[in-house]
Amino acid sequence: MRRLIFAAWLCAIVMGLPAEALREGGQAPAPPPPPPRVPAEASREGGPMPAVLRAYAAVDADRLAHPADGDWLMVRRTYDGWGYSPLDRITPANVARLQPVWSFSTGVTNGHEAPPIVNNGVMFVATPGNQVIAINAKTGAILWRYKRPLPEDVVLLHATSRGVGLYRDKVYFAAGEAVLVALNARTGEEVWTTKVAENKAGYYMSVAPLVADGKVIVGASGGEMGIRGFVAAFDADSGKEVWRTYTVPAPGEPGSETWPNGDQWKTGGGPVWVTGTYDPETRLTFWGTGNGGPWMGDQRPGDNLYTSSTIALDVATGAMKGHFQYHPNDSWDWDEVSPPILVDYQRNGRTIKGLIDLARDGYMWFLERTSGPINFVEGRPYVKQNVFMSLDPKTGRPNVDPARQPGTGREAEFCPSHWGGKNWPPVAFSPKTRMVYVPANENLCTAMIGRPVTYTAGRGFTGMTNNLMIAPGADHIGEVQAWNVDTGARVWTHPFAGSTNWGPILTTGGGLVFSGGTQDRLFRAFDAATGDVLWEFPTNSGIIGQPSSFSIDGKQYIAVQSGWGIDSRTMQARLNRVRPGDFPEVPEGGAIWVFAIK
Amino acid sequence: MSVDRRALLLSAIGVSLGFAQDDPASVRPKPGDLLTKVGDAGKTPLTPNDIPLAAGYTAAWAMDPADNTVRSGSRLNQVLLLRFDPASLATTTREHAADGVVAYTSICTHNGCDIDQWLAKEQQLFCSCHESIFDPRDGGKVLDGPAPRALPALPLAIADGALVVAKPFTTPVGYERG
Ligand code: FES
Repeated sequence: MRRLIFAAWLCAIVMGLPAEALREGGQAPAPPPPPPRVPAEASREGGPMPAVLRAYAAVDADRLAHPADGDWLMVRRTYDGWGYSPLDRITPANVARLQPVWSFSTGVTNGHEAPPIVNNGVMFVATPGNQVIAINAKTGAILWRYKRPLPEDVVLLHATSRGVGLYRDKVYFAAGEAVLVALNARTGEEVWTTKVAENKAGYYMSVAPLVADGKVIVGASGGEMGIRGFVAAFDADSGKEVWRTYTVPAPGEPGSETWPNGDQWKTGGGPVWVTGTYDPETRLTFWGTGNGGPWMGDQRPGDNLYTSSTIALDVATGAMKGHFQYHPNDSWDWDEVSPPILVDYQRNGRTIKGLIDLARDGYMWFLERTSGPINFVEGRPYVKQNVFMSLDPKTGRPNVDPARQPGTGREAEFCPSHWGGKNWPPVAFSPKTRMVYVPANENLCTAMIGRPVTYTAGRGFTGMTNNLMIAPGADHIGEVQAWNVDTGARVWTHPFAGSTNWGPILTTGGGLVFSGGTQDRLFRAFDAATGDVLWEFPTNSGIIGQPSSFSIDGKQYIAVQSGWGIDSRTMQARLNRVRPGDFPEVPEGGAIWVFAIK
Repeated sequence: MSVDRRALLLSAIGVSLGFAQDDPASVRPKPGDLLTKVGDAGKTPLTPNDIPLAAGYTAAWAMDPADNTVRSGSRLNQVLLLRFDPASLATTTREHAADGVVAYTSICTHNGCDIDQWLAKEQQLFCSCHESIFDPRDGGKVLDGPAPRALPALPLAIADGALVVAKPFTTPVGYERG
């Protein structure tokens, strides 16, 4: 048995058996000894099922499409990807009184990127180390803990999880070794597991599953190792695969003409590791795709569709109905995995059913969504960008400065850096302010040079060396930016003089923006209209987790994981080489924090 | 240093490997094991002269000398062999070297990529996944990048002219799995 059942109390009661009897086949590590009897919810085991779980509210399609204000049922709360909670009890007037209500140590280090997902008072948090914890959101009492042992030789280059998905009475978790897991929401027991892809070939997962149309939809990472990216959907009840659409076409498929060179499509990259958005009206789901493999464009001639793109897939069949490639033939590691958010915006007196993406390539893209094709509307840099000389006004295709495109044996310097103007941390949009809030890194550039590389399954296939640089004269790096989507104008910028910014963003109906992301471990509240910092709190570690907001009994809470690691740590170490002492190590170790007005 | 291979084989008895697999192809390299180049179907035992001096690494597997079982059943067993002028090695590294040949795991201690590049000018090992750099002349210590600890070394000796494993890995092979 590969699962560890910590919610043994339930099974033991239901089955009338001691916890040891739950082991099958004798392969599992011995379960922990029975805990002392303690009041319900004070322990993760023992005692009757806590009331909050007995009352667990199954999630249906309607609740996913129209969540109650107090719930946070999916990674960005709603299908449009806004990261917006309509709750408005916490406001610029009272946020100074925000205080911790409870915190909870996850027991693991490394980057904690998942949001606390909350359904009717039950919180589900995914952490590094293949762990999902269920907690009473009001009290902080643990309900159950699921931990799936990672294989000793797992290939897992970004050891994190970006969250769980909910449907009916199940919790869906993408395990690092590329296995999709369905858990019983009340007990934390595995209901089914499905192997999504071959981990030994370099496929691994960190994505939060998207639940739509009765399916659980995921993609896989591994672009550094020459995988062929895909988005795949599984039946939510059975775990059976329903469809799989590759982000790199096979010969004969549309787009295959952009891979003229033999079998390169087989190792062409285009990984998918950030949850897509979904438009229930057109039943299209939008996913961002990573860069091509190997990393140097001159080693894989052609535009290399559908790498560094957004693709629109029919949720029922997976058929690709539209795409927009941000930049063809990527050579900068600009993995465009953030999906566009769905926002209808004004342009020239017209309302456009829109898509907006703040891309790793340093451009803010305004697009139009239809029942199929994705149309270009406009693009503009939001950070220093010296690679695109112009965009084709009709198609948006960038005109690339060849001196800024690295190649095999040919070094080039370019800005933004290979981590991008913004990496994976998601933007947020407030329908009240009409602003999109962006966690950006300004003033970073990269020098990169390519080298020949041969493919071996599950091994590095980047074929490059790079150096991170700070732009001359830079007075800051990290930023939170606010842009009005109707005018396309920047409204405010909050610079972080001494830090990068790796903080996902939450915005609320109360007129606030919440985010961490900096090396000083602070979690902050900004005035959504002006960018003024109204509150800040130093947590245990740096915050790269996605904040969420929920309410119980009419009280609004703000929740976030603090736990620095993965790319934020790598960038920190690189910068400390450039300016020794300015970018010290950030304390590590994960914790969940929940705040409210006292 | 030359060591009697039989003594090494005897010393292997009773070594606790601390993990469950009994598959001889998957167990970690044992004292007395020979070394053979990755991909060498002929399973030729490597000698110091097969390793170019100060010129990159040779990827190798340990091999059971009794029946020539190549221990390639786990990717965690792969090692990188490098050869240097012994005078240029740090003291402990020199003690683990045989005729200037040193061996380290090929598995990056960060997130477990195979170390895949040799920086010729700097004489350093480079992992391109997240750009960690290691010093093979000084215990595999981390010079740059996110790797949290030095590369485990595999101490070597010479027996009958061939490179053999002298002791198990100095520290457990492995990496941050979250
Ligand atoms: S796995 Fe080697 S640097 Fe990250």
